[in-house]
Formats: sequence, structure tokens, C-alpha cells
Amino acid sequence: MKTKNIMIVGVGGQGTLLASKLLGKILLTKGYDVKVSEVHGMSQRGGSVVTYVRYGDKVYSPIIDKGEADVIMSFELLEAARYTEFLKPDGVIITNNQQVNPMPVITGAAEYPENLEEKMKAKGINLDSIDALSLAVEAGTSKAVNLVLLGRFSKYFDFSDEEWMSAIETSVPEKFIELNKKAFELGKNA
Amino acid sequence: MKCLMLGNEAFARGLYEAGCGFVSSYPGTPSTEITECAAKYKEIYAEWAPNEKVAMESAFGASLAGKRSFCGMKHVGLNVAADPLFTIAYTGVNGGMVIAVADDAGMHSSQNEQDSRHYAIAAKLPMLEPSDSAETLKFVKMAYDISEKYDTPVIVKMCTRIAHSQSIVETSDRAEIPQKPYEKNGAKYIMMPGNAKKRHPIVEERTLALTELAETDALNKVDCGEDKSMGIIASSTCYQYAKEVFGDKYPVLKLGMINPMPVKKIIDFADSVEKVIVIEELDGIIEAHCNSIGVKVEGKKIFGCIDELSQNIVAEKLGCECEKGYTLEDNIPMRPPVMCAGCPHRGLFYTLKKNKLTVLGDIGCYTLGAVAPLAAIDSTICMGASVSGLHGFNKANDGESDGKTVAVIGDSTFMHSGVTGLINIAYNESNSTVIILDNSITGMTGHQQNPTTGFNLKGDPCAKIDLEALCHAVGIKRVKVVDPYNLEECDRVIKEEVAAKEPSVVISRRPCALLKYVKHKGAIMADPNKCIGCKSCMKIGCPAISITDKKAKIDSTLCTGCGVCAQLCKFGALGK
Repeated sequence: MKTKNIMIVGVGGQGTLLASKLLGKILLTKGYDVKVSEVHGMSQRGGSVVTYVRYGDKVYSPIIDKGEADVIMSFELLEAARYTEFLKPDGVIITNNQQVNPMPVITGAAEYPENLEEKMKAKGINLDSIDALSLAVEAGTSKAVNLVLLGRFSKYFDFSDEEWMSAIETSVPEKFIELNKKAFELGKNA
Repeated sequence: MKCLMLGNEAFARGLYEAGCGFVSSYPGTPSTEITECAAKYKEIYAEWAPNEKVAMESAFGASLAGKRSFCGMKHVGLNVAADPLFTIAYTGVNGGMVIAVADDAGMHSSQNEQDSRHYAIAAKLPMLEPSDSAETLKFVKMAYDISEKYDTPVIVKMCTRIAHSQSIVETSDRAEIPQKPYEKNGAKYIMMPGNAKKRHPIVEERTLALTELAETDALNKVDCGEDKSMGIIASSTCYQYAKEVFGDKYPVLKLGMINPMPVKKIIDFADSVEKVIVIEELDGIIEAHCNSIGVKVEGKKIFGCIDELSQNIVAEKLGCECEKGYTLEDNIPMRPPVMCAGCPHRGLFYTLKKNKLTVLGDIGCYTLGAVAPLAAIDSTICMGASVSGLHGFNKANDGESDGKTVAVIGDSTFMHSGVTGLINIAYNESNSTVIILDNSITGMTGHQQNPTTGFNLKGDPCAKIDLEALCHAVGIKRVKVVDPYNLEECDRVIKEEVAAKEPSVVISRRPCALLKYVKHKGAIMADPNKCIGCKSCMKIGCPAISITDKKAKIDSTLCTGCGVCAQLCKFGALGK
């Protein structure tokens, strides 16, 4: 099997690492070779963050390069737009439609581009945009955006519900399991 | 058991399985998790040392006492520890000793991208370089065997992409290695000239013996390939990039041991192919070795010595087509890292900027004080350089810069190597003001304890350095403490201290807003009826504040209620 490439992008502090942890767990139990590459340190402080998840029969490089991503899961709209160069021609971007202003926009040095969703679609990008923040709040906390997006993501992959639920159960503290499962379902059915 | 592990986590697992009993390190991205993960094994004594030199010397002491020991650091940390490194290369070890150094090509979280392989060559020490987590675990265990067999510390070199990538490892049990007895041996361990002269030839013989190991061991192996028109020599991530691009097409000589490098193995490999390409990040170390043994290769001319490589770079530089993604016409604004909402450094940097001070900076989260709109920092070099640099700056200006210039340094960085600079200020009497940003934690690397926090690496309470008493003890009479959330107090004290005609220290004390025990007040509310849109609150670069429809707006999910912005609003629009 050819290596599959999933990029998880967002703003430092949004919980992208839990999403990659869950994915890694499922892929490992399914017997794939897996590499998950993270960014730690300075860029985590509210900066643009990216995690690479790769799986297949044999995975060499730990990173995903331009034009290689089968799926980009984005926690924020501008970040989805930032990484379109990494998307494969037939790839899909699953994005939270939330907008978080970066510092150059806050200070007025730059503008947050308008109508990004329409512009991406006009380029022929297969874009699946959802209001993950509202769904997360509906599930119980704004912090569950990651599980909402994973739920949405699950529609594009043939992992069973049992596999997802088991990964959730073993990755989050017990008192948050039900909340996370609800967020996952809301994302999946949105 | 098979599991996914970060390269650093696998390193720690290797320490555990190899029977390592002593770990001393200083945190530094991308090396930090090795020591954090090692500390989770109850069989391993693990600690944060105040700096890398202390860590390496402590690890050497543990080796001398007969235990398998370890110290870990980032590339620039090895500069700090270089002094013991070059001499323990002469003494060798008793218990096995392994040193981790993690390079940061691409400077994801560093101030330079120096290539640590130079140190292995310069100090004449063996260096292993793994290419994924499984190899990291395996190489760490081999490193201890090499260390004890060849009587040498062994460096295992990591890099960001190996350290911070998870891949599959298979774990096994810990080897119980009994502590070796210590025997007095001055000729081996007392490095004064007479003894050191006798040790140096032993080091050279050791290198010859290790070269033989490099020739024969599977650490350096050839992956066969059908197409002999080209052969590739690579290690670490570059090996992975080459395999990603070419699979099994071309033969690849993968080097797991980067110092000393084999001679015959490389000559034989070169003879088996039409031409040899060396793929390596940063400097041309492998290439220089090949040239020195008369093997013609190409490398740096193709790939350069700047930044990380990737599969696309390797492919394009070697003439292969790469897929292109989608390009939008819009200019996508950068999203640089920023000081968090509620960060205690913000109020202090606002005060420094307001007073138009020249600020010599240091290494930590507070380096972000250099970014607009605060833009309050003038220089950042290395750990501790703010304090010693300030002394030189003021001395050179012969009193002219007194009252206009300060140094800022974090609590952990001050303990690392700021205190020696402060001693110089007191001893050589420069009229300097040093500001210690005491946020009660080592922040940037992800919350590690340090000698000022009162807790050790294992999380147990321990002795807590009294910063005020320490500053007094080195000879600074004026030591003031301010709360950086209180702008009026900060402004008054800093004005007083820079105006003082003697050295002074201001401790800006407030725990990091991300610490779990820090309780936040409710979010600040913006009153649109009172806000006139003057943007005074935007001067502090808080990610929780924005202007929408010409009125200040607070993001209540980010705001910690620190109240710094409210102190800037002359119209009472920001409050509870």
C-alpha cells in the first residue's frame, strides 16, 4: 500500500496533539507502519503548528512535503489556507471554519483574507468546512474541537466505530470520555 | 511490546533497558523529553542540573563511581559542556557514559543551526546517529556497550525530526548492570600534563580501534539497489528522505556511526557504483571525510549547508519532478508565536518600552518581547549573555549608557549562567540594572523545574534558591521585587533602579500563567459604550484583545483577567 499522508494544522494550544495521538493509536492497532511528527518548543506559543501523520506498509520520511497530503485537518480557517500547497491534487481539506486572528492582524500590520472558503473551492480544492467550535460547545466544551474534527475525518476513512471509541477511551481521562465521544459523533453527523 | 514512541521517548527507553542508573541534564528543545521520560522510570535517578556543564560533569562523576550514566542537551548546550567533554575524552569512563546532543537544523526553536558532529571529531569521541525511534532505542544500548568496551564516553546525536517524531519500537526488559567498583587510578583520571600526555596516544589508538568497528559493524550498512549509476551515502533523516524518494532503486550506504567513519567500507561502496552522492544536513562532514580518503563525491554543491532538507528537496536537487499543491492568490498573514494571554512578562516589557530603555535579552519565552508591538529587546545571543553583555555595554560607554540600559533574564537562565555575569557586575563595578523575570518555572521548553522553583525533576519538594539573598551575597546591595501585573509599580521601581548610581537587580515575580496551580480571575469585559477606539490596549500585544468595528473586544476564552490592559485604558472601558 502506498503511504497515506495526513496533516493536522492549527494554532498552538488548540489541542492538535491529542488528535494525532488518537490517530497514531488506531493506525498502530491496524498493523500499519506509522510515523507521527510533531512540533515542540517555541512555535507552540500561539504560533502556527503542524503535525504529520503517515502510514502504510513502510514509512520512511517523518514529514509530509508539498503536494503530498491526502487529508489536511485544520483547526482554523487561515491555517487551512496556509497549507494548501501541501495538498495532493485529489486530496481533501477538513476544516473548522473558526477564525483566530494572528498577531500581525491584531496589530493591523496585515489583514485576515476574506472569503477564504470560496477562494479555496474556486481553486478546485475539495473543502469540507464545519463549525467545529459550536459543535464542541454543544458537546460540553470549546476544547473538544479536536474530537469534532476527528469525527468528521472518520467519514473519509474506513476505521470502524469500535476502533475509534477504543482509541478515545484509552487516550482521554475517564471523566471526559463521554464528552469526547459526543463531540466525535456531532462532527461525524454534521 | 510494540508501541509508538517519540525518538526522545525511545532514547529514554534505551537508557532504561541498558541499565542506566544516573541521568543529569539541562532542558533544551529538541532534547528535553529524553530526560523527562527517563525520570518516569523508578530505577533511574534523574535530575535537572543548573546547566549542561554541571550535568555532564555530574554524569561523569556517576560513571567514575561505576554506574551507567547519561546527560542530554541541545546543540548549543554542548557548547556549554564542551570543557568537560574534551577532557573526559582522555580519561575515558568506569561505568558506561552516554551523551545525547540534539541538533535543530531549520532552527525550529534555537538561535543557530550549528552542526554537533564537529564536536565528535574535535573531541575524538565516537558518535552514533539513529534514523528513527527503533534505531534510537537500539543505538543507545549499543552506545553503552561501546562506551565500556572502548573506555570512552559515546555521543548519540539526535535532531528535531528524529527526536520529535513517533515511530514504532519494540521494547524489552531492563538489563540489570551491577555497579562497577571504583578504583583510584590517577594516571587515568587526573588530567595534569604528565598524565594527559600519556592519555592522548591512548585516545588516538582508541580512534583506530573504533574505525575498525565502523568498518565491520552493521551500524554502517549498505542497502542494495539495482541501478548502479548512482550510490548515496546518508545518515539520520537524510537516509529516510533518500529512501522516500528512490526506494530501493539506488544502493545506499547508511552511516549509523558518524565518528569515526569507515574508510574501506566507503571506498568499496564507491567502487561499486558509477558516482557517489552524499546527502547530509548542515555541514559537509561526511563529504569532507570522503574527500580526505580520496573518494570523489558530490554533496554540498548540490544541497547547500542551510536549513533542513526534505524528500522534495532531495528529489528536486537530484532532478526528479515533485507534485505541486494548490496556491492561493491571497497573502496569508504569518502566525508567529506570541506571549500567551496573561503572560507575566508582558507588563514588564511594556514598561521597558515605555521608558525607551536599551534591553539586552536572553534565551527563553521572554525572547518574544522582541516581537511587535512590544519590540522591547535589542539583542539575544545565548544563555546568560544578557547580564555579561550589559556589563560590557555599560563599561564601553564609560557611564553614558547608565540609566538607559538593562538586561532581562529568566529565573532558569539566570541559574544556568546569569549569576556569573552578575558576579562580574558586582566585582568589576559596572552601574548596571539586571531584571530577573522570575516566572517560577523553565517556561519555553515546557515547564521544567529549576533551582528556584522548590521542586526537583521527580516533582518532590527540595531546596529553593533564594534569589534576593543570592544577589545580595554576590555583592548587589539594591535588590527590588515587583509584580509585573502592576504597571505603576513596575514603572516606578525600574525608573528608580536605572537611575541609581550603583548595580541593582529587579526581580519581576509572577508565576507563568500556564502553570496548573495558577488561578485566573474572570475575563476582562470591554464596555463598547466607554471604548472610544483609541487602541491604547493594543500596545501590549495580547492575543486576547482585538479591535472589531473600532471597539476593543476581549476573547473571553483566552483572557486570564490579568488586568494589564485595564491599566492602560484611560476611559474605564476595560474592567470586570
